[in-house]
Amino acid sequence: MRVPLPWLGEYVDLLEGATAEQVAADLVRVGLEEEGLLGSDVTGPLVVGRVLAFDDEPQKNGKTIRWCQVDVGRRADGAVDPQGIVCGARNFAVDDLVVVALPGSVLPGGFAISARKTYGHVSDGMICSAKELGLGDDHTGIIVLSEWGLEAATGADAKELLGLGGQDAAGVELNITPDRGYCFSVRGIAREYAHATRRPVAEVFHDPAAIPTPEATDDGYPVVLADEAPINGVAGCERFVARIVRGVDGKAQSPFWMRRRLQQAGMRSISLVVDVTNYVMLGLGQPLHAYDLGTLDGAITVRRARPGERLVTLDGVERKLDPEDLLITDGANGDRAIGMAGVMGGGETEVSDATTDVLIEAAWFDPVTVARTARRHKLPSEASRRFERGVDPQLQAAAAELAVRLLVEHGGGTAGPEVTDVGDVPEPQTIAMPRDLPSRLVGVEYSDDRVEEILHEIGCDVTVSDDRLLVTPPSWRPDLGVGADLVEEVARIDGYDRIPSVLPVAPPGAGLTHGQRARRRVSDVLADNGLVEVLSYPFVSPGRFDELQLPADDPRRHAVRLANPLSDEQPLMRTAVLETLVDVARRNLGRGFADLALFEVGLVTLPEPDAPAAPILGVDARPEDDELKRLLEAVPPQPVHVAGLFAGRRVPAGWWGSGRAADHTDAIDAAKQVAEALGVSLTVTADDQAPWHPGRCARLALPDGTTVGHAGELHPAVLTALELPPRAVAFEVDLDLLIAASGSPVRAEPVVTYPVAKEDVALVVDADVPAADVEQALRDGAGELLEAIRLFDVYTGEQIGEGRKSLAFALRMRAPDRTLTAADANAVRDAAVAEAARRTGAELRA
Amino acid sequence: MSAPNSDYDPVEVSALQPEQVDAAVGRALAAIAAARSLDELKAARLDHAGDRSPLALANREIGALPPAAKAEAGKRVGQARGRVKQALEARQVELEAERDARVLVEERVDVTLPTDRRARGARHPLQSLQERIADLFVGMGWEVAEGPEVEAEWFNFDALNFGPDHPARQMQDTFFLDPPGSGLVLRTHTSPVQARSLLDRGVPLYVVCPGKVFRTDELDATHTPVFHQVEGLAVDEGLTMAHLKGTLDHFAAAMFGPGTTTRLRPSFFPFTEPSAEMDLRCFACVGRTGDVDPACRTCGGTGWIEWGGCGMVNPNVLRACGVDPDRYSGFAFGMGIERTLMFRNGVADMRDMVEGDIRFSTQFAMEG
Repeated sequence: MRVPLPWLGEYVDLLEGATAEQVAADLVRVGLEEEGLLGSDVTGPLVVGRVLAFDDEPQKNGKTIRWCQVDVGRRADGAVDPQGIVCGARNFAVDDLVVVALPGSVLPGGFAISARKTYGHVSDGMICSAKELGLGDDHTGIIVLSEWGLEAATGADAKELLGLGGQDAAGVELNITPDRGYCFSVRGIAREYAHATRRPVAEVFHDPAAIPTPEATDDGYPVVLADEAPINGVAGCERFVARIVRGVDGKAQSPFWMRRRLQQAGMRSISLVVDVTNYVMLGLGQPLHAYDLGTLDGAITVRRARPGERLVTLDGVERKLDPEDLLITDGANGDRAIGMAGVMGGGETEVSDATTDVLIEAAWFDPVTVARTARRHKLPSEASRRFERGVDPQLQAAAAELAVRLLVEHGGGTAGPEVTDVGDVPEPQTIAMPRDLPSRLVGVEYSDDRVEEILHEIGCDVTVSDDRLLVTPPSWRPDLGVGADLVEEVARIDGYDRIPSVLPVAPPGAGLTHGQRARRRVSDVLADNGLVEVLSYPFVSPGRFDELQLPADDPRRHAVRLANPLSDEQPLMRTAVLETLVDVARRNLGRGFADLALFEVGLVTLPEPDAPAAPILGVDARPEDDELKRLLEAVPPQPVHVAGLFAGRRVPAGWWGSGRAADHTDAIDAAKQVAEALGVSLTVTADDQAPWHPGRCARLALPDGTTVGHAGELHPAVLTALELPPRAVAFEVDLDLLIAASGSPVRAEPVVTYPVAKEDVALVVDADVPAADVEQALRDGAGELLEAIRLFDVYTGEQIGEGRKSLAFALRMRAPDRTLTAADANAVRDAAVAEAARRTGAELRA
Repeated sequence: MSAPNSDYDPVEVSALQPEQVDAAVGRALAAIAAARSLDELKAARLDHAGDRSPLALANREIGALPPAAKAEAGKRVGQARGRVKQALEARQVELEAERDARVLVEERVDVTLPTDRRARGARHPLQSLQERIADLFVGMGWEVAEGPEVEAEWFNFDALNFGPDHPARQMQDTFFLDPPGSGLVLRTHTSPVQARSLLDRGVPLYVVCPGKVFRTDELDATHTPVFHQVEGLAVDEGLTMAHLKGTLDHFAAAMFGPGTTTRLRPSFFPFTEPSAEMDLRCFACVGRTGDVDPACRTCGGTGWIEWGGCGMVNPNVLRACGVDPDRYSGFAFGMGIERTLMFRNGVADMRDMVEGDIRFSTQFAMEG
């Protein structure tokens, strides 16, 4: 909401010498936040000039310029000293008064005017258009003051004349929160300014709506309120005031001051009738609509739309109406729709240049009805914005009267004697508030007197009843409905700056949960191991699943879809973190980082097939347990995943050598480190799962066999499709599964101090036997005396024959109660080897 | 070691004469002093203290002396051998020290050569900042609550007193899920965790919830469709706005330093009443010069920057979650993590936080 200071000053006494900055700083105290400051950027000599003579001079470039002699006032010696000025416009005549920016003046946009040579003349300044002065969009010609209804002596200060100077041009732009509908008006902000400057409303506020209004007459224009389908029990229209002005000059121009205020408030001047409706709306907060009386056909009926009904609105668009839309209609049985109530009028009854008789509508429309219609038809308007937030239901008569007066004064019309005022405005509800509620909720000791005083100031009626205050809010405050709303009024008018700072003492808590600690640990472990944590947007395209080579029936293709994605290309929520992590990898590669190790921890969304919609429950009490259960079950599972990706070298090149390229072991080991950090040891088996290389993909499983993720080298086709470097590797693990499998207290084993016995064995197996199987067999065969086993060499070659490999293991053995003898160690080794031979066909290497 | 003297005519051999012994000691000491290395010292030891050294040979002769002479000669030779041994040991220590020092010099390397054979990792500052914030509140006895990012509309709006037609509901720039009527959205704030926590844990309740939220904003220097908030909620008997201010002041001081100036400014949120915004004194202009700069781009010339919304929990929210608003009151706040990082660490462009450029994360190390 943009508020020009002179306009504000008409409704409330401004503090002496008030500037836009000060007014904004005052208003913020009561909750009106500054969005910006308005002012004029025009400085220097801007004067009124009279065109004495001119020559039109055609130029080689096809343009015709006008070389003008302009009287810009008398010099000190009294002589007229005309200025020679080159002008591109031709919409003026000799003797016209124009606005001249003399050398030394600066126009909006930092446009400095100086005497300069152009088109063969020295031009001593510029004759200005409205656009050049920041007075509107019109750049079709220069300003001719008589056309604007302005007069002044030559040489007079045009900044003052046009409201471009100092406080005249100053204003504030405010952010209005949705609860304060009444602040979508200069009137509402004027009241708040009185509160903000801690002065009584009765003394400094001059209510523009406090004007005498005529009583409704029997011959008022017939209006029927016929809402047969109120929403939530509230009639679509609870009050409709109609006034008539006849003999208005449809071509009459709005007075300059009105156009200037509209322009400062951010609205364009259209015509006198439209300008007046907008001016009253901005001033008072009551949206008005003007009908060309001559186009109306009998009584006006306000009703809901009929099935299949259509309306061509002011903007020329044919709207298909919904039976919930509230309409203004006329004709027999109200058959013709002439407007969508509170949203936009119809084209057929619009005022035009030819209009002479005008019907002014000032109504109260139901906020919910207007909100739904505006939303349904995507037609947010200045009017709908105000109706949605609740318009003062006592304002209609005054608003219509003000509009009538302005049309009579500036349009030469005559106020019609017939006055329509139909409908019943419900009385505001009285709120019973415990007297100590403000002190109790805010933590400031407000006296009873102070609470009453403040509530009076904001317009409430207050009576005391025992320990309660019975408070009736003013008609313009539909947002005040319960005690807490009144508490906010007390706190904000008294000042939030009076609220002390007191740190509350919470009861002892239990610290972080296991899951929360585990997730931190996982991220820290990965970062400590050289991976950089990144975040990616969780939005993916369906094409990403193809790029990742996911089979057609892969459950990861089953993603939730956004109804209104930012990009139509990425309407899905990721089902794996890797799906979006690859984008970050690509960005870093593109920025010259060839050696990458990235990870991200985040949610993925895994919708259940045919999941029911989430119910919208009531809000009057705690939902029943089964309702809540249904609601929680309708929210798709969103486990936390961790994914990592390596490309290029894992060990960088340096003076120590050429480093080492990342390979599948890095991905698998990162996943294992994650699990080990949580005390879980993962089992690795070979798998063939997209997007991994079918021969270099490890399935990662919990001890109970549950798969928690995969790791390995990415499929070459995936790397090509995603434009990632060859041999890039990655892992993805479901952290929720891992965390669920961890967290029980570790049972500590005693530390045995008897000496260790060591044995190495080299076993030859077929090349396709997994090393892990051999190791497991050795482990199982060795029994309890085995302390540790480690594979330390893999050999293939002629010595052991084609299709075979030799695996060398180091066994460490220890007994809890004695020193192992050489015979003990041999027995363990032999048992281990025998089990390996039985399970995997391993032979001791000769 | 000496062989028995076979001669019955005990004659004191010349090797045992004091002059001879002294001369042998003198030669030994000279040789020891002249040894320039451990090897030379080893040779000197062999020559002058070895089995075949003059003093050793002299020692052997003692046995052949008449008993009366044995004691004196033994003493003389013993002292002489002692002096030589002492000199040897002293020189040994000297030469070993010299050798050790020399080895250290020879083993010198260029310690300025690069050492980063292991690539360096890093946490993302938005993540570590959320952990830091959680720790602050856990230290005060609060707990950390969690909620989903794809959320039921009821939790995101209805339970928080956003009626279906409330203008504020339209102003949230919400991502809705397909199909229409699914009742699901991407949560527009962390506030649904308020309702979840109240329903799940009951009162008294002191929880924070850092997390990801979504609005349909295009990415630019100051907006991102995916960002982070930390929600705080305290519901107990006797809580007031003063407690809200105290909590946020403590939070602000922990984030931005003890001198941080704050203010509460009246505002509106459907789920709090009274509602406020918490503003911070502008770090850019007021923080640097003490005065408001009308041209300041950080605060827009107002001297204050918005940190987040807050207020007393609306009684309608308490009621929808089964808490008696006549007995319990509470406060809630939702601060922007990105904004906190911007002010705290001088991050000027939102895009740096969301693009995942490794340089951004890496510069933060433990900070955040």
